[in-house]
Amino acid sequence: MQVENQGSFALMAGKKQTKSLTVTLKVVRIVLSYAALVLAALFSLLPFIWMVSTSLKPAGEVLSASPVLLPANPTLSNYVTIADAFPIWRILFNSLFVAVLITLAQLLFSAMAAFAFARIPFRGSGLLFVLYLATLMIPSQVTITPLFILMTGLGWVNTYQGLILPGAFSAFGVFLLRQSFLSFPKEYEEAANLDGATYWTVFRRLVLPLSGPALATLTVLSFMSAWNSFLWPLFVTRDAEIMTLPVALATLQGRWTTQWNLVMAGAVLAVLPIITLYLFAQRYFVQGMTAGGLKG
Amino acid sequence: MALVSNKVGEKPWTRRLWVAFFLGPHLLGMLAFLVIPILASLVLSYAEWDLLTPARWVGLDNYAALLSSPDFWDALKHTFYFIVGYLPLVLVLGLGLALLMNQKLRGRIIFRAIFFMPVVSAWVAVALLWKWLLNPRYGLVNWLLSLVGIEGPGWIFDPNWAMPSIILASVWKDLGFVMLLLLAGLQAISTDYYEAASLDGAAGWRMLRSITIPLLSPTIFFVVVISLVNSFQVFDQVYVMTAGGPAGSSQVLVGEIVNNAFRYSRFGYASAMSWVLFALIFLVTLVQLWLQKRTVHYQ
Repeated sequence: MQVENQGSFALMAGKKQTKSLTVTLKVVRIVLSYAALVLAALFSLLPFIWMVSTSLKPAGEVLSASPVLLPANPTLSNYVTIADAFPIWRILFNSLFVAVLITLAQLLFSAMAAFAFARIPFRGSGLLFVLYLATLMIPSQVTITPLFILMTGLGWVNTYQGLILPGAFSAFGVFLLRQSFLSFPKEYEEAANLDGATYWTVFRRLVLPLSGPALATLTVLSFMSAWNSFLWPLFVTRDAEIMTLPVALATLQGRWTTQWNLVMAGAVLAVLPIITLYLFAQRYFVQGMTAGGLKG
Repeated sequence: MALVSNKVGEKPWTRRLWVAFFLGPHLLGMLAFLVIPILASLVLSYAEWDLLTPARWVGLDNYAALLSSPDFWDALKHTFYFIVGYLPLVLVLGLGLALLMNQKLRGRIIFRAIFFMPVVSAWVAVALLWKWLLNPRYGLVNWLLSLVGIEGPGWIFDPNWAMPSIILASVWKDLGFVMLLLLAGLQAISTDYYEAASLDGAAGWRMLRSITIPLLSPTIFFVVVISLVNSFQVFDQVYVMTAGGPAGSSQVLVGEIVNNAFRYSRFGYASAMSWVLFALIFLVTLVQLWLQKRTVHYQ
């Protein structure tokens, strides 16, 4: 009896020791994990901090052999200078206008097409959808030359329609929304039928209101890719009056090769709106990017 | 719409009208701005046209010229250089970050928000930022290197360092994206596997090698395919950071396409090159599908 007792005491003590050991190991692991995460976060953040800091420095402070993170005499004059040299409000308006219209077109036309694919049975539906998916494999560089020739022929170079229309239609939006529209039961249309409703009513009153998250995801992805888009706007715009922000930014560096305070002020203007949007709508950015594996 | 008796599930012909109504606008847009340009590009690749003089059929000449052009092979080489440098780096770092983020830690949401900020930013802004960070004399990077006693290279001004500069900026921008995809994959792995393995005495490195990596392999494959397809199309950062230089040392395929189309007005030749790009992407996808069938483990 006694022996047994002693044995169980020893066992308990041993257990306690391993337990405290695992606790210590766990703490060490957490501390190390945080250290690594903070290091990685610094790697991500420091360039942004440097960007903002440079944009607030007067010209004299920018080119110093030992860089200072915080400007000694912070100033907004760099922003004023680029506003003088460029029609900056016009360019910001262009970027916003083009991105909003592309997003609206993507939403409306993709939602309607996705509704047809998901909710209305018709012959050739499956084949047509496969063809839609196939277009996703073609890199955009393939179409850019003929598109440019088309725009030249139509006289749409340097116009808003030239900037907007080629970005307004994509199979990706249809693909994303179709998935969501398929998830509703068939009974919707049957019930609607009894009420004498049309497909339009089903689309407007049932499917769209219930697809909030999918529509939000498409909204943020379309807006982001239109706002950041560079290659196509670079080709189809000539004058500052019609340029979007990324294109104007690229010409900015040609003008002031060494005036980094001005260039960084421009970069802040390009990055700030989209990061703000991202921080407010994180969930939809994350969902969209994981679902589509699509980058801006 | 008032013309048709338009109840849901009506006669086939009314339904066809509804299909036309819903699908028509998008289909027309796709035809005008995607499908017809794709076909036109294919036709154009067999012609030479500068938009000023009439187009001339040249058959396969564009493709032949391309294969014997040193510029094309250089661009192809540099594109592969980019991929070989960029892909393993972004994958390994992204996986490390995803593993860190896959623990129950406070503040994960804040870390995720930070890692993702470069992903949503415009490439032009990011490229300019890195050009400034990598400035040999006044840049932050060389200053940080000097603190640990390393004399930093000339980065984008040095033909040997131009491509590594582009790779560095690209890894910085895409790290959060790769982390996010891998994290989603990690979270889909059932904890049962880990419990079973820890009962068998597995831990740490062995757990990672025998459980995590094999079960994550479908996601890793997905990430590799996406990154490869994107890498073949690398352009924005190259255009802004180095414009293909110095001395053509960082010119990539899309840069060549753009130059030929918009600088030299060789629209046919540029189209042919874009189809070679497509063929490469298509080939990679096929190889990976084939590999996937053989090596990827599914749960």
